[in-house]
Amino acid sequence: MLAISIKDVRKSYGKVQALDGVSFDIKQGEFFGLLGPNGAGKTTLISTMAGLSRPDSGTIEVMGHDVEKDFRIARRQLGVVPQELVFDPFFTVRETLRFQSGYFGLRNNDDWIDEIMANLDLTSKAQSNMRSLSGGMKRRVLVAQALVHRPPVIVLDEPTAGVDVELRQSLWQFISRLNQAGHTIVLTTHYLEEAESLCARIAMLKGGRLVALDTTENLLAKHRPAGMAPKVLGDDGAADLEAVFVKIMAEAQ
Amino acid sequence: MSEIKQLRPIALMPEAVVQSGFIALFHKEVKRFYKVAFQTVAAPVLTAVLYLLIFGHVLENSPKIYGKDYSSFLIPGLIMMSLLQNAFANTSSSLIQSKITGNLVFVLLAPLSHLEFFCAYVGAAMVRGLAVGLGVFLVTLWFADLSYVAPCWIIIFALLGSALLGAMGLLAGIWADKFDQLAASQNFVIMPATMLSGVFYSIHTLPPFWQIVSHFNPFFFMIDGFRYGFFGQSDVSPWHSLGILGLCLFVISLISLRLLKVGYKLRH
Repeated sequence: MLAISIKDVRKSYGKVQALDGVSFDIKQGEFFGLLGPNGAGKTTLISTMAGLSRPDSGTIEVMGHDVEKDFRIARRQLGVVPQELVFDPFFTVRETLRFQSGYFGLRNNDDWIDEIMANLDLTSKAQSNMRSLSGGMKRRVLVAQALVHRPPVIVLDEPTAGVDVELRQSLWQFISRLNQAGHTIVLTTHYLEEAESLCARIAMLKGGRLVALDTTENLLAKHRPAGMAPKVLGDDGAADLEAVFVKIMAEAQ
Repeated sequence: MSEIKQLRPIALMPEAVVQSGFIALFHKEVKRFYKVAFQTVAAPVLTAVLYLLIFGHVLENSPKIYGKDYSSFLIPGLIMMSLLQNAFANTSSSLIQSKITGNLVFVLLAPLSHLEFFCAYVGAAMVRGLAVGLGVFLVTLWFADLSYVAPCWIIIFALLGSALLGAMGLLAGIWADKFDQLAASQNFVIMPATMLSGVFYSIHTLPPFWQIVSHFNPFFFMIDGFRYGFFGQSDVSPWHSLGILGLCLFVISLISLRLLKVGYKLRH
């Protein structure tokens, strides 16, 4: 069974075609990157996967369940970390996580909530009001909220935007361990060095269209701009994926 | 960092462990207003008491209505008015805040049906409306002797009235994109409709034209039916008022549920 199956998804907002016939699959256990410039349709695609937007046509399945027809099971399979730093100012961290757990039908879930908080260094903030947290701490709570219902598929929409180096590193350590434990991870980011070091496969969107889909290794090998030295994954690859990304985007004009 | 346990997907967990998300959303909505109860419960009670003190004093020598002095006549209307306004305020303010701050996304990501969403928000609005109504009732007991001729009517109108205004607040919260749009619906629709619903007077004291106009105001029927429970007398039959209230609740609920189902202004 595929973790995510996207078939010919189209979505427009007025005259803007946000998604224009996007199709691809993500296998279970993958660490998958979804890249593209601003306005490429990444967030629209994630919103459509999560049921926050409705596609004009096409289908998306999460773990074999249609996100519209079978929305209850599909949403239970998916944990989404939204791009914006949003929170409910009325509640503490623990209350926020308990309510989020409850929305998914899980009560008495404190053991798992404690485990997530411990892994995200949130334990000392459990009784703090959300308003009092720093931006980085709020970002950790967003990650925790996406995990409270133990989803097999986790989608992170630019989770490290505006985040300091320390949090970024600890966040990626945690996410990598979740991936090693069997979770499928879908990541959108503008930090291409993160995508290169973490993602085994990458899809690139531009103008609502899929313009590249391959393993990171193949993308680097096939689309290397002329004159660049051969690439060994893990060796200071930041500039490489950036160059490949720029080349693919230019070719997709 | 501790070692991560192998996670078991919730979808594979026994159904007995997985419950409806309605309970959590309802609990959250109740806790939201409870955390600021001074503002959401105590303040409206104080406002109602001020109405009673001022109007009760100014009109204390006015002719008796239903054989009761003015303060006794006024109290049931004040209770119902406060109950209705606060039921509306709860759903509308909660939803617009969640929409504008963006935290509604956490509810929208969850496997909640439109019916669970509706019931949780309206249920919490009923709790707040009834809490405020009870508060006004308890405080105003000091100011006048009330009779309770038909308590069942009091309970029925309180429950259905708070449900209707909760559903109307939900509708307003879905429709409004900005706080001032919501304030407009509150100040230009709900407030005049409640104030002109016979809270402060019997419509029999109005000129014939305004009596007819009052019959187009559903709030009039809610106040009148609720008052019947106290005095056993009303401007129109409580059954007639109940019919109007039931019809309004049915129609507003249907519209709200439809909008929630299609995700109007919520899911883009």
